[in-house]
Amino acid sequence: MKVNRLLKYTAKRIVDLIPTLFLVAVIIFMITRMIPGDPASTMLGPQASVKEINNLREQMGLNEPKLHQFIEYLKDLVHLNVGYSYVYKRPVVDLIMERFPNTIILTLFALVISLVVGVTAGIISAVKKGTWWDYVFTILSLVGVSVPVFWLGIMLVLFFSVELGWFPSTGMGDISLGFSDYFSHLILPGVTLATIPMATFSRITRSSMLEVLEQNYIKTAKAKGLQARWIICKHALKNAMTPILTVLGMQVSSMLGGAVLTETIYSWPGMGRLIVDAINKRDFVVVQGTVLFLALLFVLVNLAIDLLYKVVNPKISLGKVAK
Amino acid sequence: METTEKTPSLVKMFLKKMLQNKLACFGLLMIFLIVVLAIFAPLIATHQPNVMDTGATLLGPGQDGHLLGTDNYGRDLFSRIVYGSRISLIVGLGAVAVGSVIGILLGLVAGYFGGWLDSIIMRFMDALAAFPFILLAITLMTVLGTGLINVIIAVGIGNVPGFARMIRGQVLSVKEELFIEVTNSLGAKQARIIFIHILPNCLTPIIVYATMNVAGAIISEAALSFLGLGIQAPTASWGNILKEGKDYLIVAPHIAIFSGMFILLSVLGLNLFGDGLRDALDPKTRA
Repeated sequence: MKVNRLLKYTAKRIVDLIPTLFLVAVIIFMITRMIPGDPASTMLGPQASVKEINNLREQMGLNEPKLHQFIEYLKDLVHLNVGYSYVYKRPVVDLIMERFPNTIILTLFALVISLVVGVTAGIISAVKKGTWWDYVFTILSLVGVSVPVFWLGIMLVLFFSVELGWFPSTGMGDISLGFSDYFSHLILPGVTLATIPMATFSRITRSSMLEVLEQNYIKTAKAKGLQARWIICKHALKNAMTPILTVLGMQVSSMLGGAVLTETIYSWPGMGRLIVDAINKRDFVVVQGTVLFLALLFVLVNLAIDLLYKVVNPKISLGKVAK
Repeated sequence: METTEKTPSLVKMFLKKMLQNKLACFGLLMIFLIVVLAIFAPLIATHQPNVMDTGATLLGPGQDGHLLGTDNYGRDLFSRIVYGSRISLIVGLGAVAVGSVIGILLGLVAGYFGGWLDSIIMRFMDALAAFPFILLAITLMTVLGTGLINVIIAVGIGNVPGFARMIRGQVLSVKEELFIEVTNSLGAKQARIIFIHILPNCLTPIIVYATMNVAGAIISEAALSFLGLGIQAPTASWGNILKEGKDYLIVAPHIAIFSGMFILLSVLGLNLFGDGLRDALDPKTRA
């Protein structure tokens, strides 16, 4: 019965997403076609002749009426065609599919680090409230949410690569050279990308745990003589997870954005690096295609987290929500 | 006998709470220092920020009268960072002004009128919020081109959905208040109800949110300049100083270290102050 309601709710949320996804596509179209400035002359640069600009405009269909351009653009999107790169001489979808797994590996690795370290730090802070553990983690998390990832990345390279020589500073590593080579390349970008979410999870977990630890059922569990570790892991953390899940979606979004900067610093061959390279080569078709893809991905990730939230949080009635 | 014990005013309670919060005071101090740097940059800077000295490139901190050393063109790093604070503050405040004005207007209209107008505006806001913030700014900058005004617009637009959502939520609750019903029944014009009666009652959370967003806008500007899309050299901005410093990380790490430290301290200051402001304005935590 509950599964049925969950399926209904999922179907409703997917239908609700359609206008949002449509508007995401409209915004990208508006940004690239309506704003003053000619994409063709931007791509070709100030040295380009009028003839060259006109030729590219023709190829890109920019000389057609805006409505016609929009309909063609939507038709292409339905066919999963987000444009053709005149710089790479390849469809943008191919470029995205080539780089996407690398970004996912980096983002997931960073997500795992941020959740494990952030939640653990938050639990210790809450359980040891008022001790120096609490102060240290609180200050670290305050600094963590304020640190610019691109600066942190550079500092980590300076310290761990240049000074200590522990980790490579750039590239992705080669799995054929062994797991350790691949993993060593992943550490610094992963930690860099994980820092802000880690600090956020730590803050959220601390405040959520403090609230839960004051509840009567925790006091009862303590009075019954249950082990502190058991109470924290089995009872308190489970109920403190809901706010963490709430911010998870936002953090994934910020990580997808942060990946652009992190991948630039570490020359990680992912979507972010693709965007920055495309900017430098004035290949705005790749920029718009990649950004559109990431925005759609973000919408879907949020949907997945929302569904997870409903499954984990028994207080929310799916029946009422699904109406 | 009458008791004449006075209850402290809200302003006094707010100030007391702020002063009790040491982290918020520390944040305010940092903001104050950055603002002083920005306003009095010509007096504080020890050198002209864009003047090159090819005989004094990549000097370390304290060498040849250069407090924080020099960059690859021999320009005084301290002076460039001091002038860079102006760009950060202008973009931080400008982008939040753009985002808040547009967002507040849209949120007021959506929340007050409701119906199809609300649906259209909020759907549009949902779609805008679907873009990771920095990616939206990057996309806008690739089309708009580099420059201060364009950075303010690009970062400002990214701020719009947050303000719109927040103010809409506030309006939905304030418009149900009795005083709004009374004002309505007295025949007040809708514009007057919205701007004179509803808006001032929605501003408290907006102030906190705006403070936090200034920090976000400063980071965004630095990120765009770091990627080469924001403020262009020779104009000094913390982001483009850091970008240049990255290329000289081994021989002159001080360039990247100091420029990034200023970004971190200003953002940390704003976040600490914003946290304190939120706690002081939260009715639940008022003593």
